[in-house]
Amino acid sequence: MADLVFSARALTKTYTSGETQVLALRALDLEIFAGEVVVLLGPSGSGKSTLLNIMGGLDHATSGQLFFRDQELTNLDDRGLTAYRRQHVGFVFQFYNLIPSLTAYENVALVTEISDHPMRPDEALALVGLEPRVHHFPAQLSGGEQQRVAIARAIAKRPDVLLCDEPTGALDSKTGIRVIEALLGINAQLGTTVLIITHNASIQDVADRVLFFADGQISRVHKNKARRTAAELVW
Amino acid sequence: MRTLDIKLFRDLVRLWAQALAIALVIAGGVSTVVLAVGSLRSLEETRIAYYERHQFADVFALVRRAPKTLLTQIAEIPGVAAVQGRIAKLALLDIPQFSEPATGLFISLPEDRQPALNRLYIRLGRMPEPGRGDEVVVTEGFAKAHAFRPGSHFAAILNGRKRDLVVVGIALSPEFIYAIGPGDRMPDERRFAIVWMSEKALASVYNLDGAFSSVILSLMRDASEGEVITRLDALLDRYGGQAAYGREDQTSHAFLEHGLDMLRNMSRTLPPIFLLVAAFLINVTLSRIVALEREQIGLLKALGYRNAAVAWHYIKFIVVIVTIGVVIGSAAGTWLGTFVTEMYGDFYRFPFRVFVQSSDVYVAAAALSLGAAIVGAVRALRDIVTLPPAVAMQPPAPPRFRRLLPANFAIRNVLSQPAVMMVRNISGHPIRAMFTIAGMSLATGILIASLFLNGTMEALIDVTYFLSDRQDATVSFVERRPLKAVNQIARLPGILAAEPFREVPVRIRNGNIDRRIMISGRPRDADLNRIIDTDLHPVVLPEAGLALSSWLVHILGTQVGDFVEIDLLEGRRRTVSLPVTALVEDYFGIQGMMHFDALARLMREAPAVNSVSVSLDANERDRFYDAIKSMPTVSGVALQRVSLANFRDALAVLVTTMANIYIGLAAVIAFGVVYNSARISLSERARELASLRVLGFTRGEVLRILLLELAVLTLLAQPPGWAIGYGLAWTLQTKMAGELMRTRLVVEHSTYVLASAMVIAAALFSALVVRRRINQLDLVTVLKTRD
Repeated sequence: MADLVFSARALTKTYTSGETQVLALRALDLEIFAGEVVVLLGPSGSGKSTLLNIMGGLDHATSGQLFFRDQELTNLDDRGLTAYRRQHVGFVFQFYNLIPSLTAYENVALVTEISDHPMRPDEALALVGLEPRVHHFPAQLSGGEQQRVAIARAIAKRPDVLLCDEPTGALDSKTGIRVIEALLGINAQLGTTVLIITHNASIQDVADRVLFFADGQISRVHKNKARRTAAELVW
Repeated sequence: MRTLDIKLFRDLVRLWAQALAIALVIAGGVSTVVLAVGSLRSLEETRIAYYERHQFADVFALVRRAPKTLLTQIAEIPGVAAVQGRIAKLALLDIPQFSEPATGLFISLPEDRQPALNRLYIRLGRMPEPGRGDEVVVTEGFAKAHAFRPGSHFAAILNGRKRDLVVVGIALSPEFIYAIGPGDRMPDERRFAIVWMSEKALASVYNLDGAFSSVILSLMRDASEGEVITRLDALLDRYGGQAAYGREDQTSHAFLEHGLDMLRNMSRTLPPIFLLVAAFLINVTLSRIVALEREQIGLLKALGYRNAAVAWHYIKFIVVIVTIGVVIGSAAGTWLGTFVTEMYGDFYRFPFRVFVQSSDVYVAAAALSLGAAIVGAVRALRDIVTLPPAVAMQPPAPPRFRRLLPANFAIRNVLSQPAVMMVRNISGHPIRAMFTIAGMSLATGILIASLFLNGTMEALIDVTYFLSDRQDATVSFVERRPLKAVNQIARLPGILAAEPFREVPVRIRNGNIDRRIMISGRPRDADLNRIIDTDLHPVVLPEAGLALSSWLVHILGTQVGDFVEIDLLEGRRRTVSLPVTALVEDYFGIQGMMHFDALARLMREAPAVNSVSVSLDANERDRFYDAIKSMPTVSGVALQRVSLANFRDALAVLVTTMANIYIGLAAVIAFGVVYNSARISLSERARELASLRVLGFTRGEVLRILLLELAVLTLLAQPPGWAIGYGLAWTLQTKMAGELMRTRLVVEHSTYVLASAMVIAAALFSALVVRRRINQLDLVTVLKTRD
């Protein structure tokens, strides 16, 4: 068995929205292993994004424990979480979240400049097949290209984990497949652990494991006997 | 950090219009301070240098006739550094092709050299040659008014005899920077000249050989002016000396000081207010702009940037904008300061200008602007960086809107849906709405504070020239004349009415506060020189007692019914105690007024006059002038119409230009504020407005929703803006009031209207820009991405 990357014990998150309390994660337990591709499936509000945000150090848990390797993330303050994100985590968001005033190259450079052992930005963009578009601004790129810039930005620091929240959500199927292809390529080449949140059930076939979410908990875990390649996906 | 700097640069380029508008607000604040302090310091330094280089005297006294041997005794008074005895006499001038009577103050020059004190600055030509009794040097203003050059001729009636004079030199003197003729309120360079001529010639005309009629002294650094004056008065008393006085009572110095004082008070009042307003506005504006960057801040944090790095990035953004503003403001302020210094310098005819570089002002103005901007940005940043990145990257949670009225009261029936959205949006962001209103109110306020000056000056003119001093002309005599002189004047051609006017110099005292003033005696039923009370009604002079300028009463700390001590400084010197019986509303100088007969009794003299106020038939004016010119007892004629024109000219330099500069800068600030408010609220609501477009609202409808809010906030800002404006105007008026001149606070309705109109115009222009932006809203992009 490979090394444990994440382990969660009774992880709970409560949001206060106005006068109402929303229980986003209910005492969730979880283990994720190095090099795994894990797909998180479930309806809106089932807690997938909340879990991913806490695992990525973007948000705090209300109670419970979450470890990254031996480090307890739930104990870290803002400064500690920033250092953790900087060293270990790459993010891919549904809406790409590129800085519109920076070119593809510069959006990647934004991260490589603050990382310890990054790739060169053009190297990262080559990995996602965007060499010819490195000097384009986000507004000059298609949605799929923008998402691949976001992936290049996420992998350029050689992160240990790649956390992807609906990476294909805003894309058509052909472009979506290219994006999944890029993510799996990173996993294969660099051994990066990849977590993908999706609404799209067909993507589950590329995963080692699929976690099904409902009401802030993992309702079911499915292990694929064989992973499909991105090219084999249809939706 | 290189890539972040690229982002910084590109963001600045993208937001150039807004960045420029903010920079202009800062520039407006900075330039007022730089302009005001720079010009004031330069003019003060110029005056100091002028006085020093030309040995301007410290103490001045007039005598009837004193022997020159007395000068040695005067020089021995402890504290006296230098003494200059001279002859000074007023005389009527006869100028070719100039019908109005003009007056010259003739001052003697030592033979073949400059005087030791009050040295002349020769602009053109030379000093009179020794032994040439017809050669004179005249003041530059007078020479220019009559196109005199060396070689020009004019005549004067000296001691009753007409003499031809030739101009050999044109000069300036620190003693007559501001030269006011007898009976006049304002300098009139056409009709009043200082004429310097050989002492020998002047002495022989006035039978003053070996004698002097004017003495001026300079003092040692540690001398006591008061003691020197007391001793000097004692020495001069038996030679018909009038009370000596120091610089602060010397007309030219006092008027110059007052002009500088107005500039000083304007620069101490308006610019700091402008700068503070600008600082407040950039604080609010930058705080909102940074708040709009919430999602990008969240992203940078998600990517691993530390809080300090994110904050530093935005602070750099602000430093660049503030620096642009400070550079523009300093350049504009320096340029305007030089312009104002030149303008004042020309007005006062300073022979040279000293420009003072005030680097401390630049630094202070820049530091305040930068501080205010950074505090504003940090306030917004602190709120955002403390959010977890996951939260920051989401748009802010919608504010909790409330029904303002009971649910069963359907507001929809009263207001359209866009109006309901507008009302909810304002009430849902009360702080934001309040800051926007505050910004626009301040803009209206500083506009009013700059605009009101012109109206106030008109009110002053109205009271002074049309309510109070309604005579057409004032005929002054060389020496006081018996009352029958009034009848002589009344019989001159063109005279419709004539009133006697007697003036006596006194020192007025209450406790340890005293002032040197003139007490004027006027007939009880005076119709030309009327007395106006503080309610602006003409009042009849009380039979007994003293009517005083309300400002003087305020200085003395006394009130109606109290007694004040009066030292009579003319005739038989004695001290009397008189009751204050009325308050007079006047705006020039401080003075006392008495019943004509009462003043004569007080002076223990037969009723006498120094001047006669007359009303004239305009068609007979030239005949009147001709008649006056042949009267050796007359020293000059002051014309109200000319005085008013000159007053307006002086105002144009001293007040109007400054006020207009401030109006311009206030307009820049007002525009910057309104424009930024409109642009930021567009950015803040871009998603919401795009959603409405997607739902089928037309561009016009969406625009109306946004502009309705801008319009309502702009209108709501006006009444508090008027109150702020009135308060600022009151502060400025109070600070500018002085013994030489003050104003009644009048803020015309038109001033409020104009100030509001300027702010509303800025809002309309901003609306046009916003309309272009709304037409360009990219619906899909706005809905899909969160930039």
